[in-house]
Amino acid sequence: MRHIISLLMENEAGALSRVAGLFSARAYNIESLAVAPTEDPTLSRMTIVTSGSDAVIEQINKQLNKLIDVAAVMDLSEGEHLERELMLVKVRADAPARDEVKRITKTFQGRVIDESESTCTIELTDTCAKLDKFLETINRDSILETVRTGASGIGRGERILKL
Amino acid sequence: MELTGAEIAIRCLQKEGVEYIFGYPGGAVLHLYDALFQQKKIKHILVRHEQAAVHAADGYARSSEKVGVAMVTSGPGLTNAVTGIATAYMDSIPMVVISGQVPSYAIGEDAFQEVDAVGITRPCVKHNYLIKDVKDIAPTIKKAFYLARSGRPGPVLVDIPKDISNQKAEFVYPASVSIRSYNPVGKGDSAQIKRAAQMLLEARRPMVYSGGGVVLAGASAQLTELVRLLGIPCTNTLMGLGAYPANDRQFVGMPGMHGTYEACMAMQHCDVLLAVGARFDDRVIGNVEHFAQMPRKIIHIDIDPSSIAKRVKVDVPVVGDLKLVLDQLLSELRSSRKKPDASDLAAWWKQVDEWRVKGGGLRYRNSTEIIKPQFVVEKLYEVTGGDAFVTSDVGQHQMWAAQYYKFNKPRRWINSGGLGTMGFGLPAAMGVQLSNPGATVACVTGEGSIQMNIQELSTCKQFHLPVKVVLLNNRYLGMVRQWQEFFHGNRYSESYMDALPDFVKLAEAYGHVGMRIDKPADVEPALKEAFARKSDLVFMDFRTDPTENVFPMVPGGKGLSEVILAEDL
Repeated sequence: MRHIISLLMENEAGALSRVAGLFSARAYNIESLAVAPTEDPTLSRMTIVTSGSDAVIEQINKQLNKLIDVAAVMDLSEGEHLERELMLVKVRADAPARDEVKRITKTFQGRVIDESESTCTIELTDTCAKLDKFLETINRDSILETVRTGASGIGRGERILKL
Repeated sequence: MELTGAEIAIRCLQKEGVEYIFGYPGGAVLHLYDALFQQKKIKHILVRHEQAAVHAADGYARSSEKVGVAMVTSGPGLTNAVTGIATAYMDSIPMVVISGQVPSYAIGEDAFQEVDAVGITRPCVKHNYLIKDVKDIAPTIKKAFYLARSGRPGPVLVDIPKDISNQKAEFVYPASVSIRSYNPVGKGDSAQIKRAAQMLLEARRPMVYSGGGVVLAGASAQLTELVRLLGIPCTNTLMGLGAYPANDRQFVGMPGMHGTYEACMAMQHCDVLLAVGARFDDRVIGNVEHFAQMPRKIIHIDIDPSSIAKRVKVDVPVVGDLKLVLDQLLSELRSSRKKPDASDLAAWWKQVDEWRVKGGGLRYRNSTEIIKPQFVVEKLYEVTGGDAFVTSDVGQHQMWAAQYYKFNKPRRWINSGGLGTMGFGLPAAMGVQLSNPGATVACVTGEGSIQMNIQELSTCKQFHLPVKVVLLNNRYLGMVRQWQEFFHGNRYSESYMDALPDFVKLAEAYGHVGMRIDKPADVEPALKEAFARKSDLVFMDFRTDPTENVFPMVPGGKGLSEVILAEDL
């Protein structure tokens, strides 16, 4: 099953590689990993999207907690949460095709952030599934580049991951 | 007063009460060695290969309750140390390794003897640090020792670039340390402990399975008390030998691949298994599905939550320091009104004793013509009064030592259980000898393993370490040969050790005493003579039966009750 795990870790050189190394060393799946410092610059917040049996997910949580640099771990998918991913897509779109691209973008509540004579770049922020849907909807052959950040997640309401 | 980074590092080690550093100098650690030269408190043991430095620090730690310390230079110094570090990591040994690094301004430029030490060691250390500021040296070393010895112990690496070891800073050693993202556990959850106690008291066929964690936690007294209070069978894993006295009636021997028949059967057929500081690894429980098919309940006490429910489903998990948790469990058991059912327990012991008879105990067919390796270990046990520190390498000799030397005290049996590192025994014995001066230290080894770190005979000479090397020389990589005999149609691919050196001459070349023993009748006199030479390293080359196999054996991938016993004797 797909799980989305959030963690707070020391914002130190090498901390990211400890997490990435753990996943590869123990052969855990990693679908995406997003990380950046928090409002407290000594801490980084990481969101990992992974999948596995309940036993594997339990091990992933325990092994992450065991890393000395990791201060807190929360499996967001165990409760109410929100997740968002940012995607930038550049498509080939000359004048006749552009209206269609813009129409689809609007339906998905995206924005066109750059246009040239022959291309058009769209910014879209939504759930990973919604971004997949967008890519399925627009003309596949027109896609020049897709850039995705991986999901960022947060608990709903009073579900808070903080030190 | 301002000191150089190197002086600060050495002062930190002094503050930590370090007696010995096992190490090898080189370019990137020259400042550290200079600082070491100018002080007297810490003694340095110059090994002949960095791997041995780490194994020696490891043996020092295992045979005491102290943190082992090793120091190596950058590049090849560090890569040579990696096997030692991984060995310590797999067996959770408290250790601090200081490595030199190329100057900070040269990092990343493929400088001479540069290697990414933090990167290379990351998967086999509890934690590691690259120092970037001379002011960080003292607080980092403080943290390194704290991490190494607290919680589930393990090796911690501190990598110090050469320029930083020569910069100056005020030396202040922090009085205390706290790491916000690291909070080792103490007592166990009392509700869980209550459940565990109830389950043990209601059990009809309870059993205790304890591992290396009990030795590391210094909880051997608590374990022994618990097992006696409950009056139930106890097995100790390879890493846990000595935690419960081997001569006691309630001890059923080691479990697992080369464990006793009764330990394997009791593990499989008990109805409540109390696992303490053990991790259900593949060499202990064999096939995990086969193990899991039995409807037994499992109580698992461990300091590391990730060890619990990793390979087997656990009914009552208890996370905590074993010493504290076992104390809690003991008081819970004592205060409970419920008592174990005496008739159930008697029936269980009757069953265990039947297995003891059926298994026939640990046995081998002795000979008057050819030396049996098991016979050598039995005689070693007798000659040393069962009170030696015994280190081993890896292979058949390791299993025979574990089976036939009856360890009655913890920290007496020193071997690489997790990583299974050949070449561990001799350097580990050096560390053991230094942390236990005057004690009898034997290194039981094979002709394959001993050659992996034989250069340390030179270190033993330099530092007057009277280790007794008990070489069970069967001219084969015995364990490999055994598997090839059983599972590869007797095709002994590369397992024959041709062109072996004359070990007697070799020992003599290093300035030690060498002995070659060919006849069973000479085994005991040779051991007596060797151990009487208190101040000499004696290298005993026992020419043993090349065809001997280790029994019992649970073949890889098989279940515990599918154990193969020794051929009918």
